[in-house]
Amino acid sequence: MNSRLIVINVVRWFILLSVQVLLLRNLSFYDLATPFTYILFLLLLPFRMPNLLLYIIAFGTGLTLDSFYDTLGVHTAACVTLAFVRILFISVTVSRDNFDEPEPTLGNMGFKWFSLYALLCTFAHHLVLFLLEAFKLTELSYTLVRCLLSGIFTLFTVILIEFIFYNRKMR
Amino acid sequence: MRNLWIFINRYNAFFLFVIFFTIGIILTVKNNTYQRSVTFNSTNEVVGHAYERLNVFKRYMNLGEVNDSLARENAKLNTRLLAMTTIDSAKNTIVKDTVNHVQYTYLAARVIKNSITLRNNIITINKGSVDGIESGMAVISAGKGVVGLVRDVSAHLATIESLLNKNTKISVSIKSTKALGSLVWGDRNSDYRKAFIKDIPNHFQIKLRDTVVTSGFGNFPPGILVGAISNKAVSTGDNFMTIETRLFNNFSTLQYVYVIKDKLAQEEKELESKLPNEQ
Repeated sequence: MNSRLIVINVVRWFILLSVQVLLLRNLSFYDLATPFTYILFLLLLPFRMPNLLLYIIAFGTGLTLDSFYDTLGVHTAACVTLAFVRILFISVTVSRDNFDEPEPTLGNMGFKWFSLYALLCTFAHHLVLFLLEAFKLTELSYTLVRCLLSGIFTLFTVILIEFIFYNRKMR
Repeated sequence: MRNLWIFINRYNAFFLFVIFFTIGIILTVKNNTYQRSVTFNSTNEVVGHAYERLNVFKRYMNLGEVNDSLARENAKLNTRLLAMTTIDSAKNTIVKDTVNHVQYTYLAARVIKNSITLRNNIITINKGSVDGIESGMAVISAGKGVVGLVRDVSAHLATIESLLNKNTKISVSIKSTKALGSLVWGDRNSDYRKAFIKDIPNHFQIKLRDTVVTSGFGNFPPGILVGAISNKAVSTGDNFMTIETRLFNNFSTLQYVYVIKDKLAQEEKELESKLPNEQ
């Protein structure tokens, strides 16, 4: 991992988290769907990253979000779950020895791969997030509907942002 | 040992996930009051429903006794009703508007979990915030005296800090002398049939079998029965004495309780919070 990647990721972390905390936190459709676009940061972390470091970064990001949302632990657990799904998905779909690309962006990996990757990670994250937030099974259907709608919203914003900063790798 | 290490190393993603996820859950439960109140007490849906099932049996066992007590109470209420409807208008000149200014309203609830053997006993009842129950409300039993104070409330259930709990303190007075004291249970006493009245000044003449009632300070309405004095010699050696009282209420067979809503509780609390703090 070179210094350019580190700088890009730090900048991305600040921008995405401030957008989440300052703007998206106040955004909600009929109290059902809220986008959690900050997970894009975790999605775009470089391939060549030790698992432990990935978990620590996910944990720290979740903890930061939690302190702004006053829900200590909820986002943390959700981000850690996302990291786990990310590792599983990448180990299944990308061969470990030769990562051609440094980061799993839309431009590097193609729309099909990236959308599936974002879909799985987003729903794993949202499922844990909303179930922990509700913390009971009696309103399960309502929780799942909120999870589904927020997931679609998040996915939409994530892919939209990726298209805006789309740059196809020149081969 | 080496194989184990290789195994852990190969699946490190999973093990790290378990570790970090557990930390996340622990943080959630420890720091968020909502999650904490839901997880570990009997207002929890799962535990609450289990107790409710269990209680169906117990209710059959005590059906006779409950019938008797209901019949007794009916008789008493009928007598009182009779006394109210036949007012001697020549004698009573003051008209009390009891319809518009009812300060206390009663709400009946069924006990679904009870204990008398613990150090801090908690009762769970089948009424909750949906029925208007709030934390801090007084709870009494049918005609026989104080039970405790509401502690936690969920939508359909509530827990009561029973009198048999070392945190419960109820302001009481002795009916004949009007001496004020506070009723406590703990302190080397684990008998559910008796409790102690503390902080009664030494100059009061105490008679055995005098009735103890609530004083009206705090959340209980005045004049609710508590018990009869059974031993007056439990002195502490200073200016105040401690008196033993036999409780009218039998906590071991408690099945139906009344939660008392005080209409003026909120108003009183707001008014008193304006006083300067004198500590």
